Amino acid sequence: MPESRNTATGPGRILVAVYAIFALAATSRAAVQIATKFHEAPLAYVLSAVAAVIYIIATVALARRGTTSWRVALVCLSVELLGVLTVGTLSVFDSEAFPDATVWSGYGEGYLFIPLVLPVIGLLWLRRTARVSQ
Amino acid sequence: MIPGYAVTVAVASLVVAAWSFLLAARNREPQRALLIALAVVEVLVVVQLVIGVVLLIGGGHPGNLVTYLAYLIGALIIIPAGAAWALAERSRSSTVILGVLCLAIPVMVLRLNEIWGGARA
Repeated sequence: MPESRNTATGPGRILVAVYAIFALAATSRAAVQIATKFHEAPLAYVLSAVAAVIYIIATVALARRGTTSWRVALVCLSVELLGVLTVGTLSVFDSEAFPDATVWSGYGEGYLFIPLVLPVIGLLWLRRTARVSQ
Repeated sequence: MIPGYAVTVAVASLVVAAWSFLLAARNREPQRALLIALAVVEVLVVVQLVIGVVLLIGGGHPGNLVTYLAYLIGALIIIPAGAAWALAERSRSSTVILGVLCLAIPVMVLRLNEIWGGARA
């Protein structure tokens, strides 16, 4: 009997691991950018920090069981997808505001476009785990 | 950094990654031999930290000191933390996770060397 809305089992655990790696990467990067050169591109670095926070929350939400975590993950991944599309587009059309790459610049091209693919796979996984619980 | 050593770490890690994915494709859970290989990669990463710190004390100037140290130390955490997560529920997915961890290491080694070579971020 599967527990209700458990995203942290089977292949979902791979997703959590990848999210954790991105949480680590994005957090470190944002921390260094804000601590050492915030004045150079405030907008880009604030978005960098937002991305980092979203990755952290998504990792925790996907790693936990239960309906609340499932909903938090849904909101997080939706915001993440919106974020990578928005920042990706902004960085292409207004490259002056993004002199230094963030995780989401160029739709995540500096990270093999994984930031673009990740929320899509995550949302599909959430749909799958929702169906199992019904 | 010592380029030859960085290549050794990266290649060793990629070999273990390939092995993990091969085992996962054959529906295998992580086995003892794979975990030993993973431990070997971790030892290589620890040695890299030692080399990195010695070079720094010896007067090296990476492009960004904070980022350089973050990569040196961050690379240490990946395998132990990821393996603990992977082995908490054993399945073929655990084997895939171990492979993913071994892909992250070469990326970090590459960035580490770019920063040592003078890249700022």
